Amino acid sequence: MPAITLIEFNGESHTIEAENGKSLMQNAIDQGVPGIDADCGGACACGTCHVFVEEAWLASSGEANALEDAMLGIRPDREDNSRLSCQIEVSDALDGMVVRLPEFQM
Amino acid sequence: MNQAVELPDALTVPLADMDVSDPRLLEQDAWRPYFARLRKEDPVHYQANSPFGPFWSITRFEDIVAVESDPASFSSEPTIVIDNVPESLPLEMFIAMDAPKHDVQRHAAQPVVAPQNLAGMEALIRSRVSECLDQLPVGETFDWVERVSINLTTQMLATLFDFPFEQRHKLPYWSDLAGNTPEMAGGAVTEQQRNDGLMECLEVFTRIWHERKGRTDSFDLITLLQQDPNTADLVDRPMEFLGNLVLLIVGGNDTTRNSISGGVLALNQNPTEYDKLRANPGLIPSMVSETIRWQTPLAHMRRTATRDIEFKGKQIRKGDKVVMWYVSANRDEDTIENADAFIIDRKNPRHHISFGFGIHRCMGNRLAEMQLRILWEEILQRFHKVEVMAEPERVRSNFVRGYKHLQVRLHPLS
Repeated sequence: MPAITLIEFNGESHTIEAENGKSLMQNAIDQGVPGIDADCGGACACGTCHVFVEEAWLASSGEANALEDAMLGIRPDREDNSRLSCQIEVSDALDGMVVRLPEFQM
Repeated sequence: MNQAVELPDALTVPLADMDVSDPRLLEQDAWRPYFARLRKEDPVHYQANSPFGPFWSITRFEDIVAVESDPASFSSEPTIVIDNVPESLPLEMFIAMDAPKHDVQRHAAQPVVAPQNLAGMEALIRSRVSECLDQLPVGETFDWVERVSINLTTQMLATLFDFPFEQRHKLPYWSDLAGNTPEMAGGAVTEQQRNDGLMECLEVFTRIWHERKGRTDSFDLITLLQQDPNTADLVDRPMEFLGNLVLLIVGGNDTTRNSISGGVLALNQNPTEYDKLRANPGLIPSMVSETIRWQTPLAHMRRTATRDIEFKGKQIRKGDKVVMWYVSANRDEDTIENADAFIIDRKNPRHHISFGFGIHRCMGNRLAEMQLRILWEEILQRFHKVEVMAEPERVRSNFVRGYKHLQVRLHPLS
């Protein structure tokens, strides 16, 4: 059960005991973390589970594939560390990871 | 198409003879059993004959997500509606472009409807909504479509474009012309009328563009387009300029208008849901999402296959039209529980397909949701009930699922 911290835009921090094998998005939704909409339900098709991954965890959280990259492309607030949290699979390697949530999902 | 002929029986017509492009399906609110049958018997269905030529119908939620997630195989060019691009006025708009051109143009227009910008507009929207509602007659029958749905969405468009407020009625007129090519709408508009109207739209906006040039004190769409290097010379590419204007006008017009009317109708058809809403206005955001799903203001979007591709066991050929029926996917029981029912506190109200998915997903979705949320917040503070007095008159189209008239009567809070 890796511990993952999600920090809302207003600074409020939520540390969850995440379940391995499930996406970060699903873990956050299941544990009631606000700020992630996930309108498409995890299909990498809406862009509303956008997070910014802290530098130290960029490598271990994997790389966006072409579809995710295209979906991030329609976010005006995209940064180099932008990811869709439905595409990050939780594993022990992510224990301690910190991600920040954007001001709005859209 | 022979419009004197009655619609065939949905349950017995051979699938080969079923025409889901017939604009009367939406006009007569008869579409449900046709699409229910396709979802069950032939969810990826080839229709060999239609007034628009042959096309594939994709009718299940998951299959539409798959098509929208593969823009390399399913292109948005040359157009995203079932009909062909009118040869006499070939509009170019980013909803009907692929990457990379699509991405560049979308980026230029997006900031005006981004949530950060919308937050600053909320007070203005609320005051305009309040003014509109305060002018309505209580206890008299009137047309909600005209007095509220069209009025509010038109004001919003005028605000987004900083369009001359006293001429704002032109915006929905142009939207109607653009959204209803003669064949799709069943012949209500001639091609000549459409072209004349849209050329007027181009002239008016070209004038506005030049008048506004150099202004920096405004955060409207025209100014944003002028300030982005990629679109700073858009006015010199008239069909692209007009195409993108039309896209933004249609995108912010029919859709929200018909969701405003649809919400009133849905609550009247489901009085226990209306009771829930009155008892708990905190349900408004969820009710707004449910309304957008239930209404599905745009019935379809189209892609065109860029290559021969096997899809769900069917062989789609390069160049084939692939029509994604949102109106069907939003009733797909495999994805949405109790999909035909209007339930304002359902578990995942945002999980609907009305905004589309993938890179062409609706850009104005947050604006639409905000307009509807504010409207219902203000309605609940003023009226006990917006009562529907007669069956609505629906639009004849296979694209816009909407209402021409909806007669209502307002009941004051007791």
